[in-house]
Formats: sequence, C-alpha cells, structure tokens
Amino acid sequence: MVERSVAECVWRDLGRIEYGAALELQRELVERRKRDEIGDQLLFVEHPHVITLGRNGKREHLLGGEGIAFYETDRGGDITYHGPGQLVGYPIVDLKLWKRDVVKYLRAMEEVLIGALGEFGLEGEREAGMTGVWVRGAKVAAIGVHISRWVTSHGFALNVTTDLRYFQHIVPCGLTRPVTSMERLLGGDPGWERVRDAVARQFGRVFEREMSEVEVLCQT
Amino acid sequence: MSDVIMPQMGESIVEGTVTKWFKKVGDRIEKDEPLFEISTDKVDTEVPSPAAGTLTEILVPEGTTVQVNAVVARIGEAGAAVAPSALQPKAPPAPAPVAPAPAAPPAPVVEAAEEEAVEGIRSSPLVRRLAKEHNIDLRSVKGTGQGGRISKRDIEAHLAVKEEAPAAAMAPLPPTVAFPPTPGALFGRYTVEKLSVMRQRIGEHMVLTKRVSPHVSTVHQVDATQIARLRERVKAEFERQNGVKLTFLPFFLRAACAALKAFPVVNASLDGTNVIYHQDINVGIAVALDGGLIVPVIKGADEKNFLGLQRAVNDLADRARNKQLKPDEVQGGTFSISNYGSFGSLWATPAINQPQVAILGLGAIHKAPVVIDDAIAIRSLAYVTLSFDHRIIDGATGDRFVSHLRQGIEDWREEIL
Repeated sequence: MVERSVAECVWRDLGRIEYGAALELQRELVERRKRDEIGDQLLFVEHPHVITLGRNGKREHLLGGEGIAFYETDRGGDITYHGPGQLVGYPIVDLKLWKRDVVKYLRAMEEVLIGALGEFGLEGEREAGMTGVWVRGAKVAAIGVHISRWVTSHGFALNVTTDLRYFQHIVPCGLTRPVTSMERLLGGDPGWERVRDAVARQFGRVFEREMSEVEVLCQT
Repeated sequence: MSDVIMPQMGESIVEGTVTKWFKKVGDRIEKDEPLFEISTDKVDTEVPSPAAGTLTEILVPEGTTVQVNAVVARIGEAGAAVAPSALQPKAPPAPAPVAPAPAAPPAPVVEAAEEEAVEGIRSSPLVRRLAKEHNIDLRSVKGTGQGGRISKRDIEAHLAVKEEAPAAAMAPLPPTVAFPPTPGALFGRYTVEKLSVMRQRIGEHMVLTKRVSPHVSTVHQVDATQIARLRERVKAEFERQNGVKLTFLPFFLRAACAALKAFPVVNASLDGTNVIYHQDINVGIAVALDGGLIVPVIKGADEKNFLGLQRAVNDLADRARNKQLKPDEVQGGTFSISNYGSFGSLWATPAINQPQVAILGLGAIHKAPVVIDDAIAIRSLAYVTLSFDHRIIDGATGDRFVSHLRQGIEDWREEIL
C-alpha cells in the first residue's frame, strides 16, 4: 500500500468516453477505494449522447430521443441527458474521512460548481428542495450520487457548451424547468479546459483537498 | 436476532425510501454484504448488512419511506426459522409512515451532545434560552462581552446576520409523500390501475402546494352584464375581423393584469423568507386535458392588447390539447387563472400553482335575479374566487385585489373591435 496524505485528491480528464465504460471504471475505482488501495479521485469525462435514468427515475420522463443510448443506473435522481459539451465529474470520495453526511456532500458539490461558475462571472444558485445548480432560474448543472459504504460514485454534469435541444427528449430530473449552459449564459464558449480546471480548483477548496492532476496515458 | 435499521445518512435527513432489497426473506447474508438500497434526495445508498445470518423478515417493502432508525428488517442466526408472518400474504405491515410529521425533531442523542459542548461557553441562562428558541449554536456566536461572554445583543446581531445570509433559507423541505400506501383501501371487489405520470406529477404538485402554502379563498360576486351585452353585440364582427372567437376570458385577463399591477404582492413568490416581486406578469391558464390538466403561460400578459390576449388564450389552449406545447410555455407563470365556469361550476376554491401565491377562479356567467335600488332585475353574474397564500397576503389585501378586478369588469370601457 502506498502511503499518502488524506488531504490529497487525484484528478484526471479521461476525455470522451462511453457512459458504460465510465461506469465500469467507477465501479473498479470504488472497490479499490473501499479497500483503501487508492485515495480520493475526481474523474472528468465527456460522454457521447446518452440518456440515463436514476433508481428513482420514471421511465415516462423519457419523451423520445430514438437513437440515443439509454442506461438505467444506480445513482440517485431521475432522468438526465449527457452529451458533448457537458463537463461530467465523478468524484470517488470516501465520506467516512469527510463528514459522513450525504446531504452535506450534495451541498458541497453545489458549492464547488457555484464557485467554478463564479470564476466566469456567473452567479450560480441553489433552489430549495431541488438539488443542482441554477442560474437565473434555469438549471445549469445536475447532480446524482451513489454511495456504497460511504464511498461515492456518479456525481455532477455541468452544461458548458451542451446542445440543449437534447433535453427536449426528457423531463430533466422530473422537473419541468428550463435548462441552460455556460455558453448560453455567457454568450460564448468559456473553454472546456478552463471550466474543468476551475471545477478541480473549487473541488480542492470546498473539500479541503490538495488536487493533483494525473495525465491519462491509456484508458481502461 | 439483529434488527436492521434505516441508517441516518446525514444530520438533516429524517427519513429514507427503500428502493431495492438485494436479498429475499430466507436468504443467507454475510456481515457487510449489501442488503438493501435507500434513496434520499439525489443520493442512492447501498446499505450493508449489520450481521451475518438469515434474513428472517422484511418489514418495509420497496418504495416505502420510513423514519431514520425505523426497523426495516430482521436477521436471525444462520438457518433461523423464517418468521411465519412474513411468508403469509397479508396486509403490508405499517412501517411507521412519515407523512403527517415531516419535520421530525433531531434524534435526542444529538441534542444531548450539543448541550454538553455548549457548557464551555460563557453565557447567561437568558442567552442560552434565546439561543435555544432560535436554534442557534452558541459556538457560532461571537461574544463581545468580558472574556468572550455572549450577551443578548450578540445573539440579536447573530440573528440579523443569519437572516441576511441566503443560506439560512436553504434548508430543503423533507420530501413529500404524495402517494402513501393505503392498505386499508384494499377490501371487497376492486380493480387496480396505475396512475399516469401526468396524474402523479399533478398529485405531487398538489400535495406540495397544500403543504407549503396555507390557502384561503375569498369569493366576490361580479356583475358581468355589461361585458355580456358588449360581447353579444360585437362577437360576430370580432370573429369576422380577427378569425378568432370572442370569449369572456380576455376581459378577466385584462382586469386581472390591472389588479396585479395595483397589488404587486399578488404577483409574487416566496423564496424562504424573501418575497420575490415579479416584474413580469405571466398568467397561467389552466387547460383541462384528457386525464389531467396543464397550465400554459401567457408571458407578458399585461403588455398584450385585448385581441393579443384572446389569440394567446386560443393558441395555448389548442396546442395544449394537441400536446404541442414547448417546455418553456408551461414555465415562468407568476399568477394563474382557472376558468372552471366553462364546466358549469358556480364557484370553487382553486389550489395555488407553486411557486405562485395566488390563483383566480372564474365561475360560470349566469343570469340571476338581483336587487338593484329596491327593484329586482335580471343580471349576468359571475362568482370569482381568489385563493391566496395567507403567509404573505392578508384577507384585506385579497379582497381589495378582487374588488379592483370586479370594478374593471363592471366599469368596462375598452373598445374591443
């Protein structure tokens, strides 16, 4: 076993990978995290078009979208869409070493995203009873989490330059509220890498972790 | 025999929903092996078994919400006899349903621990009592007295800051159980049909609105004789000129917009303890559909003229019935109107459409004898109802709003051709 500081979190950008492959990778990392073989991780990915349904989700919230991949999955929350231009983050974090509180974890993740949006001059907000991050009443980031023995998987999806028309195929999270993207809010593309770096930085700040980037040489 | 309990996954969590059992009664289970999965807000959690043995009883079926620390299952020694009751088909056990008491107090254990921690802080009994009343952790209060002693003024200052901080309003409401299991309804001869998704959404919304907003309703009689005559006189020409039928709704929309401008608190929302006064007047119109209803929104209703309102109403209602509304056309409403009079209702008490704070109900326009100057006359009457959120709108304000609207109808001046 490698010695490491609790306060360290490794992050990497896996680029565009299939939802199923990311799921497999998360499962493997969660098991390794439980065995304490690895420390906390933050994975960034971009998925090809996919619609995923949480355990609480209602399949009826899928309104169409023929030809888009569909997964029923074990995260919390209802239905959501992932696709190009969306920054998806999967923290694999042991909450036993943090606060042992899933609600605080959700709020902290919102805090991370609000902080990152703030770096671009956007005022992210919470809405009571509706987990996620909102800007001027429109949802810019969705959150859904799975916990197994206090180790987290799944995470958040922040619309950077997402083509929002794809959300028409679903009732996102069962809510009939508008969705938006940073690109739409800013009137231009803020840059994937700049947003990703901001989120990693804010993650370190909120969770009090020292973030170190790992170059991905080959994907599993 | 070990009890399996609903774990507490966070300080503010008072209940959880069992979403999946990984084992069935009679199965062997190892300690720490995933036994069931629970769901709270956006988090699904696998719960490991607290003991090794045989799962002898499942007390909480999938999809049921119970309080934290409720017993959800029992595990016996390996090979233990399965509780006979669990195998026999019977009414589902009542797992302490949560619906009536959503704001359950925190576990007493936590309180005791906090009480002790407060001991080291210098404060008077009065201050401690104030802190308790306002749910303030004294450790978070800056004492300005001698030796960091916390005074009453410090508590007040802390409260003022706390109220300003938007985070204070952020405590999410515990989830609502809109559709609790009702085993008592399963008797005699019956058939079972699953609720449609639309009905489930409506149901959840209605439970939310009745829970969040203490509703009251006020009903006024409006003399619609003048607009009824006007409509009779011009409706043929109106339809010929504009290609749309002339209905009563735009009259009431016009009058409602004027009243909303005069009483901004009716065109508002509550966000925690902040009143959000909407600058736009976006009026939702309840449209009945087969098996449900939808409330498309006329955006900027106050900026449209009479014909524009009539067109918007017809267009939204048509597209609602043909399921052609775009998502943003059912969002952003700041006030709603329900025209149940078109189904013959004289008066009703409509439910507020969250997050709005009021809804106007229009009863059927009907002819009735009315006493005017000690003579009996036949007039066209309508009973209009305002249901409003009594947290921010007082009865007097509600009545003044409806009076304003009534005057707008009774003293109608606008040309509509």
